[in-house]
Amino acid sequence: MNLHEFQAKEFFELYDLPVSKRSIITKKEDIKSAFSAIDSSKGCVAKVQAHTGGRGKVGGVKVCKTIHEVELFVEKWLGKNIITIQTGDLGLPVNILSLEELTDISREIYFSLVVDRGEKAISLIVSEAGGMNIEEVAEETPEKILKAKLDENFELENTEIMKISDLLNFNEKQKDQFKTIVEGSAKLFKEKDLSLLEINPLVVMANGDLLCLDAKINVDENALFRQEEIELKRDSTQEDSREYEAKVNDLSYVSLEGNIGCMVNGAGLAMGTMDTIKLYDGEPANFLDVGGTATKERVSKALELILSDKKVKGILVNIFGGIVRCDLIAQGIIDAVEEIKVSIPMVIRLQGNKADEGKRLLNESGLNIIGEDSLQEASKKIVNLVK
Amino acid sequence: MSVLIDNNTKAIFQGFTGSQATMHAEQCIDYGTNIIGGVTPGKGGQEHLNKPVFDSVKDACAFDEIDTSVIFVPAKFTKSAILEAAENGINLIICITEGVPVLDMIEVTNILKSFPGTRLVGPNCPGVISPGKSKLGIMPASIHKEGSVGIVSRSGTLTYEAVKQTSDVGLGQSTCIGIGGDPVNGTSFIDCLKMFENDNQTESIVMVGEIGGTAEEEAAEYIKSNISKPVISYIAGVTAPKGKRMGHAGAIISGGKGTAQDKFKALESAGVRVVTDLNLIGSKLKELL
Repeated sequence: MNLHEFQAKEFFELYDLPVSKRSIITKKEDIKSAFSAIDSSKGCVAKVQAHTGGRGKVGGVKVCKTIHEVELFVEKWLGKNIITIQTGDLGLPVNILSLEELTDISREIYFSLVVDRGEKAISLIVSEAGGMNIEEVAEETPEKILKAKLDENFELENTEIMKISDLLNFNEKQKDQFKTIVEGSAKLFKEKDLSLLEINPLVVMANGDLLCLDAKINVDENALFRQEEIELKRDSTQEDSREYEAKVNDLSYVSLEGNIGCMVNGAGLAMGTMDTIKLYDGEPANFLDVGGTATKERVSKALELILSDKKVKGILVNIFGGIVRCDLIAQGIIDAVEEIKVSIPMVIRLQGNKADEGKRLLNESGLNIIGEDSLQEASKKIVNLVK
Repeated sequence: MSVLIDNNTKAIFQGFTGSQATMHAEQCIDYGTNIIGGVTPGKGGQEHLNKPVFDSVKDACAFDEIDTSVIFVPAKFTKSAILEAAENGINLIICITEGVPVLDMIEVTNILKSFPGTRLVGPNCPGVISPGKSKLGIMPASIHKEGSVGIVSRSGTLTYEAVKQTSDVGLGQSTCIGIGGDPVNGTSFIDCLKMFENDNQTESIVMVGEIGGTAEEEAAEYIKSNISKPVISYIAGVTAPKGKRMGHAGAIISGGKGTAQDKFKALESAGVRVVTDLNLIGSKLKELL
């Protein structure tokens, strides 16, 4: 789960990470008070609050010298969508803007804490090449990336902090500030069950002090049961409405570009099914894991989700029955299809326990459904049907 | 011989009386697996599926010599359940539970370092089966057949595809291990490859991976110099977009790393036969042998 930058900065403040003073605008009437709530004598930085990177490149972050420029910025963005390289064509709605005090920047540094799968630990990643796309830095100049593993108490040893500080050419005062940032961010990571904390850039200001200019936080979805206050900060307008709907119904759904809707039990098999469709020259419209038990209720919900995507011209269902009997699954699918009146073609591949009976039920249902037991055949059929 | 579990395995279920655990324990017992009983705190002394229920792993271990525990407890209690099993000398902990917080798994990993005799498989996995001998997990027994292929996989139902195909072509399986789809888990591909290499029943290996992380690349590096048996591999997620989590917490292409293409390249250069069509795992393996 993602948070907005201003929410992340509220957490930063609680953990002694230096951030600039900011105010929030959610409606035009807020402009005046927001502008005067911070030191805006020389102007301020106006920022679109949306769950995406690359805001600056599309004008979503702007230095405003006067309150009039802020008004123009608010006029331009509030209630509109922001489209960046990360959002896809539709973009994300802009319902919140922030104003921040101006910062005089002399250097930009990249700073993040990530779940390091290889090390089975949290790792700190720092680079002198701040403000840039860190993936590109890693690709082109890997020597500019410094990495250190947090210990068993989720702390970084002082010698490590000092080593990195030296490599970044920090003076004594900056070293102390950097230490506070490392310690505070590690504590925040652990206590709030984060899966990513990124400060890009962490800046050295003209006066020599360090400041977290941007702030990005991802929270581990699996840990939300013990992070109720974070769950309350969820902004569902920033999530794909179908993906959000799926989550609420305990389904796992991701929108894609194609026209073949997919419903599969199991995440790995769902990916494998998408790949198979593609291999036979079709284009999947979505990833959808319906979970281990494909009951009528879950199948109905999943079908509704798939059909709410108007690009979908046909549906491939792939269920590896396993312990659950395929004839029961087939009946569930038939009931769901009749109930929500699916009119586009469906190919259903059932495999496992009592697959033959399942297939027979589907083929004799009188509905626009084809039953199959091989995924290969099922994929070929649906690809042909949507052509 | 098979790996991890066989006819001698004596197991308990933690979270024994829950509905999922009950359904799957019943199937394991029907398969002939030696399930001694299970643990549900507060229900010690009762009987469930004609087996004794214990309040704690300690009580179960006092009752009989237990070597394996299958964990079905809810995600929020999983960390303590794993540690309880380890502290009581359980050698093999198979954690089926999904949705365990990643920081809990990092803590578990750190603590398990002081229990070198304990192996954790999972979490978020279908379990382990040595066909014809022992089944400890949620996989459907009917598709398995005792045989010569060792199967290791990050995914559940995708494993079943590989299993069914290797059964259909007549090879069967020595042991199938689901290592789970989470970013931080107990047993790695490399651990399983090592076990399969040393197992005389296993003649070939199927490795089913998926996008995200670099576990497959690391396995490829290991295979290059350590594995003499033929290995065939399928990787799910060729069509997955970057930055989107595909169901499993681990299945996400982040920072341009962990794409299926990266993994294909690494595996091929290690001499692994890569199958791009999920439907051809069995037939390609048969061809290779």
